[in-house]
Amino acid sequence: MRSLCFYFQVHQPVRLRTYRFFDIGRDHYYYDDYLNRSIIKRVAGKCYLPANKVLLSLIKEYGSAFKVSYSISGPAMEQFETVAPEVLESFQKLAATGSVEFLTETYAHSLASLKSKEEFSEQVALHSRAIENLFGQKPTTFRNTELIYSDEIGQTVSEMGYDMMLTEGARHILGWKSPNYLYCSARTPRLKLLLRNFRLSDDISFRFSLQSWSEWPLTATKFAKWLNNIPDHEEVVNIFIDYETFGEHQWKETGIFDFLKDLPKKIFARTAFTFNTPSELSEKLQPVAAIHVPSPISWADEERDLTAWLGNELQEAAFNSLYAVEERVKRTGDPALIRDWHYLQSSDHFYYMCTKWFSDGEVHKYFNPYPSPYESFINYMNVISDFIIRVDQQLGHPHIKTEEPGPKKTVKKTTVITTKKPAAKTAKKTRAKTTQKATVKPTRRKS
Amino acid sequence: MRVLMFGWEFPPHITGGLGTACFGLTKGLARQGTEILFVVPRAYGDENQEAVRLINASDMEIDTSDAEYKDYWKRVTFLQIGSNLVPYVAPEEFSDLVAQEALEKEKETRTAFSRRFVFSGRYGDDLFEEVSRFALVASVIAAQQHFDIIHAHDWLTYPAGIAAKAVSGKPLVVHMHATEFDRSGEHVNQNIYDIERHGMEVADRVITVSNLTRNLVIERYSIDPKKVFTVHNAVEPDEKERVPAGDRAFSEKVVTFLGRLTYQKGPEYFVEAARKVLEKDNNVRFVMAGTGDMMSKMIRRVAALRIATKFHFTGFLQGPEVDMMFGMTDVFVMPSVSEPFGLVPLEAIRSNVPVVISKQSGVAEVLKHALKVDFWDVDALADSIYGLLHYEALPRMFRKYGKEEVNNLKWEDAACKVKAIYEATVA
Repeated sequence: MRSLCFYFQVHQPVRLRTYRFFDIGRDHYYYDDYLNRSIIKRVAGKCYLPANKVLLSLIKEYGSAFKVSYSISGPAMEQFETVAPEVLESFQKLAATGSVEFLTETYAHSLASLKSKEEFSEQVALHSRAIENLFGQKPTTFRNTELIYSDEIGQTVSEMGYDMMLTEGARHILGWKSPNYLYCSARTPRLKLLLRNFRLSDDISFRFSLQSWSEWPLTATKFAKWLNNIPDHEEVVNIFIDYETFGEHQWKETGIFDFLKDLPKKIFARTAFTFNTPSELSEKLQPVAAIHVPSPISWADEERDLTAWLGNELQEAAFNSLYAVEERVKRTGDPALIRDWHYLQSSDHFYYMCTKWFSDGEVHKYFNPYPSPYESFINYMNVISDFIIRVDQQLGHPHIKTEEPGPKKTVKKTTVITTKKPAAKTAKKTRAKTTQKATVKPTRRKS
Repeated sequence: MRVLMFGWEFPPHITGGLGTACFGLTKGLARQGTEILFVVPRAYGDENQEAVRLINASDMEIDTSDAEYKDYWKRVTFLQIGSNLVPYVAPEEFSDLVAQEALEKEKETRTAFSRRFVFSGRYGDDLFEEVSRFALVASVIAAQQHFDIIHAHDWLTYPAGIAAKAVSGKPLVVHMHATEFDRSGEHVNQNIYDIERHGMEVADRVITVSNLTRNLVIERYSIDPKKVFTVHNAVEPDEKERVPAGDRAFSEKVVTFLGRLTYQKGPEYFVEAARKVLEKDNNVRFVMAGTGDMMSKMIRRVAALRIATKFHFTGFLQGPEVDMMFGMTDVFVMPSVSEPFGLVPLEAIRSNVPVVISKQSGVAEVLKHALKVDFWDVDALADSIYGLLHYEALPRMFRKYGKEEVNNLKWEDAACKVKAIYEATVA
């Protein structure tokens, strides 16, 4: 039996409020609670709850033959807990079936793997513990933020004790090779790699409702047919997508849930494929070759590189300011500071500062709550400026910039409701634009 | 293609952006093989004529004895459209007077009689009179010259354009560089509004300098959207020597406002933003360059806010002084309440100065590497200024990409669009 591996990414950053420079040193609450709360509630209602329900019933129907895997970021889990506990419960029900694998990632959905090995490892450990606490399973498979991978990151992941990792089946890395096999890291052959089949993944996540696409409408029968077209000796097809594809990026009205419901039936009836989780595949398959990835790849955009997050001076400057205080933050040992430090590391903040789509495409615009990358940079830098002041104060080095009068404060834990920003963006964001640009441009639904 | 173009000024004799824009556009058109007869009320002889043949309206002889002329004379009744231009000079009186005078003289003598009108070409008390006389002369020029289309820049020349159209039967394009709402806010001069509206109604095509202006023309003047086209302004290739930055006698960073101190330019928002920034960061100086009817109010406000040691007024700056000002500026701010286009930020960018501009400006439509805020959002304005002063990556990025972006706003491209509009109109 050949394998089909479904992996869903669940992430919601803790979005920043409009934080003006005159708040620096005065107000230490950085988050747009209203926006975050409303996005979580909306996506819960449109995606997480109905999708979990469908999957739960599929698992009940097909038993151990149907399996999926998830990674849920730390900020997403925390927000579920406070805003939508029913979402967390529904994931726990899925976990209890034994047919669902939870992977681990960096707790904050961060880019720490590119900057600090120490922070990277700590966040992975933190996330792993959180998964274990909530879902009762200790993750054995790792996936990095935005599927970012390089030889070096692979080595670190392997040193952390993971033997399986997910990444992108980037064309420039694979060359003539097919993504439909198990591979291993060239530098650390102990680490096995599952590569995303971006064409079939994007067919679902981007093109499902695209009426100008020659294959529209996509049905489970058609998808099964495509699977059969894959050469017999290819072993595993990896469908790695944002979970928000179901109901949020692709509306319920597009028939995405019906597609999902129908898929296992058609696959069992018409193909020789079965569903497996990454850890099962680790046991089941042998790596066919080693993959060399000297510079980091990701699942984003045509380039499949890091330029969506670290492609311009603004992003570099913000990123460097953030990690410049790493050692000091850790020295404070202050839970409130460390919590903020985590939230500020979410890759989304850097994504909003990307300027490369000034020229091309509206694909990314929709996911950006800021009118321009420049506004997002200023906002982020204002927050970081305040954060650094707090860190320095905590360490007893009163910062030069805090000469204003005003009460010393501790972190405000109460909910601050602001209504400044409309709920512009919803769920997660970056995804690989397809290479078949001309006919099948990825689109995302506005909701 | 031969174009009869009516303008009010031409470099080097300019009072505002209009002359500069006309020059850029005509040069761009000329490069594409379009012939232009450019009529200005008064030519000084030292105008740049590399692109156009300049016709001085003051030099036009109106030969009232010419039989043909009488025919045109009848057809300039359109001058009555300005008949309600009462409060200023009553131009209809003027034209009646002229008509009467001419006819009387005609009665008096049968010999050839020539008359020259002398135009000041400046905005003044007898502006409406000049506008009307310009139209009169325009009809004569229109009769003498051969051309395919008429193009009139701003309301001052619309009566001339209409006259030329009436005489020649050629299509008319009017170009809105600014509307009366941009100049006067809600307290519009009804006469000017009427001239603008009539000009656009009579015109075959209307060109606006931004989508902002296009919307305004459609909404406030009820002009048919189908005939209104946006052609963004551009800039001349940069050949100017730039004053090197950083030459200043003090350590503070400098934030500059440069423009007329009138309601439309939003100087008060600049002052309020300055206060907010100075509360947080004392290491900044603010400069307000320009004069206008809001100057004394601004000075009083700055004094009342007790920020006068950090907030400076320079008065009106010219030529090299402007360059010097940019040379010592770290952030340029244009908080205009209403700005049809706005060339100054482009100049600032070319002097390597990052800019904050209001979303209510036409230039915001073409600039990517600029911070854009609502003019009324003083918090956002202050935050943008602070961000540019404190987060070094931001101005670095602006300097890196801004100049290239501005230099890509070429008059040739704008002229291309204008030419396409001509061709569609003539066809």
